[in-house]
Amino acid sequence: MDFELSEEHQMIRRMVRDFVEREIAPRADKIDESDEFPWDIFHRMAELGLLGMPFPEEYGGSGGDYLGLVIALEEVARASGSVAITFDAHTSLCCEPLYLFGTQEQKRKYLIPLARGEKIGAFGLTEPQAGSDAGATATRAIRDGDKWVLNGQKIFITNGSIADLVLVTAKTDPEKGTRGISAFIVEKGTPGFHQGRDEKKMGLKGSVTSELFFEDCRIPAENLLGDQNEGFKQFLVTLDAGRVAIAAMATGLAQGAFEKAVAYARERVQFGQAIARFQAIQWMIAEMATEIEAARLLVYRAAWLKEQGAQFTKEASMAKLFATETSERVCRKAIQIHGGYGYVREYEVERMYRDQRLCAIGEGTNEIQRLVIARHVLGK
Amino acid sequence: MNAIALVKHVPDTAQLSSALDGLKLMAEGPRIINPWDEYAVEECLKLREAHGGQVTVLSLGPAQATEALKQGLAMGADQAVLVSDPAFEGGDTLGTARALAAAITKLGTWDIVIAGRSALDGDTAQTAIQVAALLGVPQLTYVAHIREINFEAQTISVERMLEGGREVLTSRLPCVVSVVKEINEPRYPSFMGIRKAAKASIPAWTAADLNLDPATVGAAASGVSWAEVSLPPAREGACQIITGDTPEAMAAALVDKLMAEKII
Ligand SMILES: Cc1cc2nc3c(=O)[nH]c(=O)nc-3n(C[C@H](O)[C@H](O)[C@H](O)COP(=O)(O)OP(=O)(O)OC[C@H]3O[C@@H](n4cnc5c(N)ncnc54)[C@H](O)[C@@H]3O)c2cc1C
Ligand SMILES: Cc1cc2nc3c(=O)[nH]c(=O)nc-3n(C[C@H](O)[C@H](O)[C@H](O)COP(=O)(O)OP(=O)(O)OC[C@H]3O[C@@H](n4cnc5c(N)ncnc54)[C@H](O)[C@@H]3O)c2cc1C
Repeated sequence: MDFELSEEHQMIRRMVRDFVEREIAPRADKIDESDEFPWDIFHRMAELGLLGMPFPEEYGGSGGDYLGLVIALEEVARASGSVAITFDAHTSLCCEPLYLFGTQEQKRKYLIPLARGEKIGAFGLTEPQAGSDAGATATRAIRDGDKWVLNGQKIFITNGSIADLVLVTAKTDPEKGTRGISAFIVEKGTPGFHQGRDEKKMGLKGSVTSELFFEDCRIPAENLLGDQNEGFKQFLVTLDAGRVAIAAMATGLAQGAFEKAVAYARERVQFGQAIARFQAIQWMIAEMATEIEAARLLVYRAAWLKEQGAQFTKEASMAKLFATETSERVCRKAIQIHGGYGYVREYEVERMYRDQRLCAIGEGTNEIQRLVIARHVLGK
Repeated sequence: MNAIALVKHVPDTAQLSSALDGLKLMAEGPRIINPWDEYAVEECLKLREAHGGQVTVLSLGPAQATEALKQGLAMGADQAVLVSDPAFEGGDTLGTARALAAAITKLGTWDIVIAGRSALDGDTAQTAIQVAALLGVPQLTYVAHIREINFEAQTISVERMLEGGREVLTSRLPCVVSVVKEINEPRYPSFMGIRKAAKASIPAWTAADLNLDPATVGAAASGVSWAEVSLPPAREGACQIITGDTPEAMAAALVDKLMAEKII
């Protein structure tokens, strides 16, 4: 048993942290306030090879692994949830399924520019009537000669309105239920594909969350992702990895808030002493430190299992459940330790609290994670 | 073109806190590559990009100092050498410079050695100067810009950062240069560099490998010894809140106080 990160992973952490401290952290507040997507940061991340981290170089990637990606996401989230979710949706929800299920030709044509960050991608599963029950997809794809014709709507799609390319699920064989769902690659500008308005959100304000519409949208037959009627299985696999990624994001947000709380507790003086000397504050800090450590271990282990090619569905759900509820508790305590200063914008923990809130909802709500874990424990 | 960057592994002073004071930090705290030395590595890499050749990173320190060398490799250096021997411990800057100069000589032909302006911990800014003196080559310190470098003619022209301006100097090569942060913007390590660095095995040269008499280096040869290292006295600060009925009255009261204290 070995709990040490490899030298390579330690160096990746150092490199990403250095980049984040220099180029993201100083702007995290502005990104939140202006509600604008930070294109220049996305382009810098592309230059540094972050966006294609876990994919082989022949597909435009950096030749790293999933644990490396998870560490990078954690470090980015430590400063900005908005940048982290953008990165997560692009790399782990769009590039990853293209890499896992795409044909050689699809990878060459679509994965390479995405992994290099020349293009930005999105993953469209959720619909107005199909949230947790993703199998209830109403979007329809009908074959017409050498085209597929898409009709339907997606909502809450991260990077949706700015994406050059989206992966979307649609029913291809409605009578077959979840076995009749397929995934498609749709390019920006395809007639009948409309990238709709962006949501106004509680947090993650620098990220884009949009509606997508398909009206007789005709796409080439070869844009079916992998095999027909495999869509449901494909996104379950995609979400397993995605859950580890969002758990890493929650861990990073918790770590960021924790560091701010510790620094503040050391400096804030009340009743003639630093508040860090009050046992009530110390207990909060001890709990925060312990839970973050536990969350990180669950996240890294799930990523490691994926890397080993082992089953990790249950572990991914556990990591997601625990890390995202840890981030809630940690950010709440970070605000509490800051007192009134924690509730005002200037001290950043308020933003982290808002940003982390999504983590218990996206990529399967925490109720769904409990359901997945219970099924693994109790059997179906 | 053969360029050598001198890199020192130093305590990470950003980690200073009430729990980790300077003495504890120097003894057991986390370490980083000396920030100025990243600029030295970057300048070597830029020379290689413009002129071809090879970049070597060189450090003297315990085995842990390979971390600083690996950072240099991850940024893109071609090779790294650690100079390490218990005999070097407790040495003053001259002992350190002797070992570094011997290692530079052992590396073979070279055109330029680039160091940082000073180290975050020792902060003497002597090492590079002493290395130049021992090698018998010119030294150009506090360089903010290399204007021109010609490896055929073996000449260099640089701008030195002075307090009130800049000074332009020309020199022959080989020489030793120390750089300030104005000279460039160090690159981040690339993933390819990180993978290469993580796998690299870095040779460690001992005093014997460098044909150095242990009596000329380390504590044994130190002209300067550290009698004591202590923390600066805690600063006594008193906070006073200026009150007043209007902002104007408060400002006037503040100005009076500052003038009384002869601050303005
Ligand atoms: C900022 C943001 C970004 C997003 N990005 C993307 C994206 O990029 N791509 C994408 O496809 N989707 C995305 N989503 C959508 C997200 O995945 C869904 O919101 C989520 O899966 C929940 O679906 P829902 O909102 O329809 O909630 P519902 O499914 O309607 O859930 C409502 C409540 O009922 C509970 N519930 C539902 N079913 C059960 C059950 N069987 N047992 C117990 N409780 C249950 C839920 O846990 C929840 O508490 C994003 C959402 C947000 C807010
Ligand atoms: C355990 C210990 C005991 C010591 N004992 C003594 C002592 O008794 N007396 C005494 O005077 N000093 C002592 N020193 C200090 C030591 O001599 C200096 O740290 C060293 O010579 C470098 O000087 P500096 O830190 O001032 O670096 P500077 O001269 O400020 O550094 C300038 C540049 O020189 C290069 N450089 C400096 N050091 C190295 C290195 N090790 N490897 C590669 N490049 C380098 C870097 O490019 C750096 O940017 C001791 C240090 C240690 C760790």
